[in-house]
Amino acid sequence: MTAGEPKVTLDLALSHGLTAEEYDRIIRRLDREPTFTELGLFSALWSEHCAYKHSRVFLRGLPTRAPHVLQGPGENAGIVDLGGDLALAFKIESHNHPSFIEPFQGAATGVGGILRDIFTMGARPIAVLDSLRFGDPADPRTRRLIEGVVSGIGWYGNCFGVPNLGGEVGFAAEYAGNPLVNAMAVGLVSKRGIFRARADGVGNPVFYVGAKTGRDGIHGAIMASATFDETAEERRPTVQVGDPFTEKLLLEACLEAMASGAIVGIQDMGAAGLACACSEMPARAGTGMEIEASRVPQREAGMTPYEIMLSESQERMLLVAAHGREEEVRAIFARWDLDAVAIGTVTDDGLLRVRFHGAVVAEVPVRALADEAPVYEKPTARPAWQDALAAFDPRSLPAPASSPAAASSPAPASCNDTLLTLVASPGIASKEWVYRQYDQQVGINSLVLPGSDAGVLRIKGHRIGVAVTTDCNARFVYLDPRVGTAMAVAEAARNLSVSGARPLGLTDCLNFGSPERPEILWQFREAVAGLADACGALEIPVVGGNVSFYNETLGQAILPTPVIGMAGILDDVEARATQWFATPGDRVALLGPEAVSLGGSEWLWVLHRTVAGRLAPLDLAVERAVQEACRAAIGARLLGSAHDCAEGGLAVALAESCVSGPRLVGAEVDLGPSAIPTGEAADVTLFGEGPSRVVVSVKAEAVRHFEQLMSEFRVPWRFIGTVGGERLVIKAGGVSRVDVDLDRLTGAWRSGFERLVS
Amino acid sequence: MNFGVVVFPGTWSDCDFHYVIGEVLHQPVRYVWHRDANLADFDCLILPGGFSYGDYLRAGAVAGRSPVVEALPEFAARGGLVLGSCNGFQILCEARLLPGALMRNECLQYRCQSTYLVVENADTAFTRAMRPGQVLKMPISHGEGKYHADSETIRSLKAKNQIVFRYCTENGRVVKEANPNGSMDNIAGVINEEGTVLGLMPHPERAAEAAVGGTDGTLIFHSILNTLVEDGSFLKR
Repeated sequence: MTAGEPKVTLDLALSHGLTAEEYDRIIRRLDREPTFTELGLFSALWSEHCAYKHSRVFLRGLPTRAPHVLQGPGENAGIVDLGGDLALAFKIESHNHPSFIEPFQGAATGVGGILRDIFTMGARPIAVLDSLRFGDPADPRTRRLIEGVVSGIGWYGNCFGVPNLGGEVGFAAEYAGNPLVNAMAVGLVSKRGIFRARADGVGNPVFYVGAKTGRDGIHGAIMASATFDETAEERRPTVQVGDPFTEKLLLEACLEAMASGAIVGIQDMGAAGLACACSEMPARAGTGMEIEASRVPQREAGMTPYEIMLSESQERMLLVAAHGREEEVRAIFARWDLDAVAIGTVTDDGLLRVRFHGAVVAEVPVRALADEAPVYEKPTARPAWQDALAAFDPRSLPAPASSPAAASSPAPASCNDTLLTLVASPGIASKEWVYRQYDQQVGINSLVLPGSDAGVLRIKGHRIGVAVTTDCNARFVYLDPRVGTAMAVAEAARNLSVSGARPLGLTDCLNFGSPERPEILWQFREAVAGLADACGALEIPVVGGNVSFYNETLGQAILPTPVIGMAGILDDVEARATQWFATPGDRVALLGPEAVSLGGSEWLWVLHRTVAGRLAPLDLAVERAVQEACRAAIGARLLGSAHDCAEGGLAVALAESCVSGPRLVGAEVDLGPSAIPTGEAADVTLFGEGPSRVVVSVKAEAVRHFEQLMSEFRVPWRFIGTVGGERLVIKAGGVSRVDVDLDRLTGAWRSGFERLVS
Repeated sequence: MNFGVVVFPGTWSDCDFHYVIGEVLHQPVRYVWHRDANLADFDCLILPGGFSYGDYLRAGAVAGRSPVVEALPEFAARGGLVLGSCNGFQILCEARLLPGALMRNECLQYRCQSTYLVVENADTAFTRAMRPGQVLKMPISHGEGKYHADSETIRSLKAKNQIVFRYCTENGRVVKEANPNGSMDNIAGVINEEGTVLGLMPHPERAAEAAVGGTDGTLIFHSILNTLVEDGSFLKR
């Protein structure tokens, strides 16, 4: 033990976030008391964030295999085959807790972390996406958080030089004390150039490369494994500070070093820093590792081995080089003005041995750290609130004018006004204010920029393209975790399909409250089951992901939010679709089932600040057929546009198709005489939400071909109108329900979000 | 006709320029490392976009004092052309190869969006393939693009026809609404007195193919290539 280190006691272990049982387990495993540094190692590696203690048991059932999956969960990122020598690496990760404490740096380092996960695999990042959730838009704190988070994401990605190709921004009061910042990154890699985080080859040197180590972020992984209280602000020192410039240098140097053939394995130092990298890399390879912590480049004086091992300073990598090629590695990093320091070697004894100025301060089996964290199967219980939510009937609501929640906003008097209110609501309104702060084009591969259902990238010199999206309607998940999560997968896949892409795989970011509460764990268990349902039916493997528990402040858990990041391939990138109407005269068609519900809808939230009710049924076989039909129609170049029908229902989808493109284009739609069931408001038909629905516009000359195709795929569908004019007109039951000028519609849609933040 | 694309630590439009010059326009092009001051092999040097040295001091401030930039006056003096876009424009101003400075956008936010530019001077080596008054569509992507100079400099720029591009509307009106960053007089690009160094904030390399952002950006390259063809003495070096 190093002089001056605290004596390790049960109390000290408890203050590290370990339980008494876990501490006991460590003592039994080591057959002695751990040293202070060892306690630090265990507390970080056995934290929920690193060890998935509460989630692992549920995640086992997820489908992760397919012939085209080159790398499934367990590495820094998943990888799918794009054909030929090309492969796509992608991963999503949360940075929720740091972003709440320090929005700008928290969000920025979230982007930094996920980018490292991608280039650690040997891939060059080609896109990032960001899925964000904030509290009630009316809350002034929301504005401050959005500004900080968006500028942090922009700063890091813009400086690094990667285009932002999409994402989402959602709102609910439950996120007020726990905003969600989920960042996804996508990279392109040669199949022959894939690297893994393994410390192979006994005797190989272990290099530390990148930025110097400071005291920032110590215990970050532990912080991310606890709920918040009033003292959250005091945890600011646990948030790391980002340096996208150094990360850009690290990217170029790492890819150059990998191409040289001198690199054996590589892992980024994210959560739990050196502690994690030095134990996971040898654990994967069945080796051990010995390092001299004093050799780690440090930017602060007097750091202890404990601090060095647990620091979460950003922009650092641990790499194992081929013995004898040390000078090559040093020269490449020196060219990029980066430190590359040999701090240790790969050993054959299965131990992580940490020395500090020669003295052993930790000596622990790597498997004990990386693989032997306890796995809990904690009790789950269906929350009592589910029945009350399901029993809710939107028809029981007071008329909007007299509802207290709506009193502050202008009371919609007609479907016209309701539509204008909905398209101006921050959840639906144009997010241009967000994405115009992000570079969307660097790399000049972006064919479809943010603002359509999915971002689409070309791959220079190839016919194929790649489409990417993130999705989750957390209100649906809250009302029915299993079906709602399946719907999130279906929606992500639909967003790729309406862009012309076939989904290849998904990465999930499962954001939930405290797993120690049976109700929350029930939500989680159900959500994972729903994920498996949809992945199975749609044949989309899970290739990686992240669990973020403890998203609670003062006992208020977030809405369960399993964000789905998905990537797909377009066999011919020229055959793609965007969501906006293109040509007057094109016929408008609705694909998918008619069943919709106001339960969990945007309508219910915006007009009544209520999240309740039942969801429209999800039939995954129909979902699959609709998506296949849609891809076939886009592939045959029959469509002028295709748009997922999501928040705000059919009327909002039609409105978005009119106003979101480069030119305003109107449409005249007739939903038919029987479209409004007797006794129910037109609002259900116009604004009710349901899965598997797509609004397409069919080129006038392709109508016959389109009809044939739809009957081949046996999907429910019908023509509902024609593109053209300067108004959006929607008739239902013989009455014109919506008749609105496009300038008014676009004004409401374009200003809705900006009004919130400026 | 040899193009060089300068790479500073933190540059990110280097690959894009390299691709457009080499693969779209089929011209010889090589990367130039920032420590390399030997420019004898090149006829035209591109200073691309990015965050050179992280732009942690002032955008372009550190790169403006790098060996490659210090070699630019001599390169330009013997007839070499220098094109700086985005961070490259910032670097050229920091190095005093162009007048004025680029300050933080008036909106205080980064802006990545499409802009329209009106050609104010079509009589330069970089614009001779254009018409005066022609409107070009080119995207911007920057946080510090507000062009600023003292009134004496602005007067002189106007008198000597050194303002090459100004932000405008789709139909060519130079108005405040068309100004994405608060630049003085909507200035988007300026040239030096000798006509050898052009800086602009927009990204011509992102407007070089119909599939991604249109082809207006190629007019700059076509202008440069015409020059290089016409001026035989320069080619001999």
